[in-house]
Amino acid sequence: MDNLLVAENISKQFGDFTALNNVSITIPKGSIFGLLGPNGAGKTTFIRIINQITMPDSGRVILDGSPLHPDDVRKIGYLPEERGLYKSMKVGEQALYLARLKGLSKAEAKEQLNYWFNKLGMTGWWDKKIQELSKGMAQKVQFVITVLHRPKLLIFDEPFSGFDPVNADIIKNEILQLRDEGATILFSTHRMESVEELCDYMALIHESNKLLDGKVDDIKRNYKSNTFEVGLTVVDENLLMNELNGKFKIGKANFKSITDDLKISIQLKPEESANDLLQYLISKAQVNHFVEVIPSVNDIFIKTVTKNA
Amino acid sequence: MRNLKLIIHREYLARVRNKTFVVMTFLSPLILVGMVLLVAYLSSLNTSAIHTIAINDQSNLFENEFEDTETLRFINLSGISLEDAKLLVEEKEYSGVLFIPEKDSNSELAKSVMFYGKESPPLGILQEIERVFTDKLTKRELISRGVDISKIESAETRVSIQIQNFEGQRTSKMSNYIKMFFGGAAGYLLMMFIIIYGNMVMRSVIEEKTNRIIEIIISSVKPMQLMLGKILGTSLAGLTQFAIWVVLGGILLTVAVSFSGLNLASPPPMAQEGMDQMLNNEIQQLIVDVTNLPLGTLLISFLIYFIGGYFLYSAIYAAIGAAVDSETDTQQFMIPIILPLMLGIYVGFFSVIENPHGSVSTIFSMIPLTSPIVMLMRIPFGVPWWELAVSIILLITTNAGVLWLAAKIYRVGILMYGKKPTYRELYKWLKY
Repeated sequence: MDNLLVAENISKQFGDFTALNNVSITIPKGSIFGLLGPNGAGKTTFIRIINQITMPDSGRVILDGSPLHPDDVRKIGYLPEERGLYKSMKVGEQALYLARLKGLSKAEAKEQLNYWFNKLGMTGWWDKKIQELSKGMAQKVQFVITVLHRPKLLIFDEPFSGFDPVNADIIKNEILQLRDEGATILFSTHRMESVEELCDYMALIHESNKLLDGKVDDIKRNYKSNTFEVGLTVVDENLLMNELNGKFKIGKANFKSITDDLKISIQLKPEESANDLLQYLISKAQVNHFVEVIPSVNDIFIKTVTKNA
Repeated sequence: MRNLKLIIHREYLARVRNKTFVVMTFLSPLILVGMVLLVAYLSSLNTSAIHTIAINDQSNLFENEFEDTETLRFINLSGISLEDAKLLVEEKEYSGVLFIPEKDSNSELAKSVMFYGKESPPLGILQEIERVFTDKLTKRELISRGVDISKIESAETRVSIQIQNFEGQRTSKMSNYIKMFFGGAAGYLLMMFIIIYGNMVMRSVIEEKTNRIIEIIISSVKPMQLMLGKILGTSLAGLTQFAIWVVLGGILLTVAVSFSGLNLASPPPMAQEGMDQMLNNEIQQLIVDVTNLPLGTLLISFLIYFIGGYFLYSAIYAAIGAAVDSETDTQQFMIPIILPLMLGIYVGFFSVIENPHGSVSTIFSMIPLTSPIVMLMRIPFGVPWWELAVSIILLITTNAGVLWLAAKIYRVGILMYGKKPTYRELYKWLKY
């Protein structure tokens, strides 16, 4: 079994509003999966269905080889986008309470809590009330509560919103370490850079439909247009440009460079190879810069969403 | 089950540890006892004020008719003129002068008695004076028409109707008051409990919503479980508070009464030997009456209606809490709670006491939203078992239905932020 979670043909209506339309998503074990989409696309509904907070109208979810069961909440750690804690309850007390709701015994919960508090430098917070903590500190507590019961599947809805850069980095590293220890991670976000940085797989949801999904690298490969950014030093720019225009599709390019270059982008036909282009260019000018343009997740996102709009 | 226990435990502690809760728990009995003492003190002040009334009797008929009472003193100023009497009364700061002119006929006299005073006297005093006049003038009239007064006096009879039910149990008029007291107290208690602790349930739902912790919790437990846990935990906290109130109030009241020297419990001093005997009989009858009440039925049905009624309303309170974002938004949804509660109390205190088995009382003791209060008030008067059964079955089925509906609204509502819902929207949520 390579997939931790398989969601098959999930649909959900709220009255007249379709939140999810026949969405299927597969999350491989041990991966970091990015669920992308603009606000209101249906990401949160999908996550709530996995958490059994909302029941789908049709479709089914298979977790770890068997259909979702009420007890499966123990296998999942969920950090919602709308998150908070009891303001007037002590940190330790409510962490214990929430861990025990996830099925841990009091002793286990205490042990885990001590481990995490030590690890993240939170010892001494035990008897503090949430209202005495800063927002960043409270978020750290929420993170610990999410991972406390060592779930197989961790779901983070916009995990980095509200964190300062230092703490965001700490949390990011903890997430990566949890992945290395065998957890599978589902990110829901509309911030592309974190997907770019962390995710192995991704799916894009827009207006309740899944538009694309797969390995991030594969998707990028599919979306690249065989375009290269080139920086050249040449005596007669116009002569070269005329020659190039006849052979290739040429565009303007913008990149940083320390030499006073001619900056252009060249799009090849599918049958043409980068090596041939490079050889050709070397024969004509001095090549200072030669980079294949790989679409960013952001580009793919915008492209896909506008194409389907 | 394990989670439900955890939730109940947390809710209970959260309520009990709340500062306002602690303060109210220990302050309320103090306030109550303080009020009782204040009222007792004020009324003792009131009775200790003695009114002195001068009598200017020109007719010489009422010389010894006015007897001093605890609060009234009469002074005979018949020898002098009315003007002198007025001056004297003003000087001595008496309450007023009662002027009785000399008239030929009783009827004329009855119309021309005057009271002069700085301010109008208390109603009680006037009634007392009027009673004396009526007695005296009636007697005089009777005599003048040739009736023998002594015969009338010896013919006077006091009637006290004995009441017995068909099973042959003797009851007294007291027993009706006892029944009213038991029923009324139970109904009123239930209403207060529902309002106080139902509100607490609602507030705690809103708190979880505004804290944004709700989604974290319901990713671990079912919303229904959370709602039930809240209702149960809060009601346990309520019972704790009630128990403390009863104990504390009892102790404080005993202490206060024995220290203040106010003899609330002892019989009035005018009770003589014979009265004592009568009183003893009354008390014995009272005990018999209380034991004759359907105590078993009363207790069991009290529990059933208390739990049933509380659950019914708490579920509605919880649903309201889930539907709104803040307490200020709850007003529009309060009518379905307050209206039936008030209706129950009004029907109870007017209709049931008037006629416990009339159609109004019977109908309202069947309707589930009012039945807990109205039926509790009816039970001491004896309710046929089949009526009880129908009412309880209706209550239980409605409870199940309302819990189900409330859970649906709750489930959707706790995840909705930002907009004030309307009844229409709540209806839509039921279908999600």
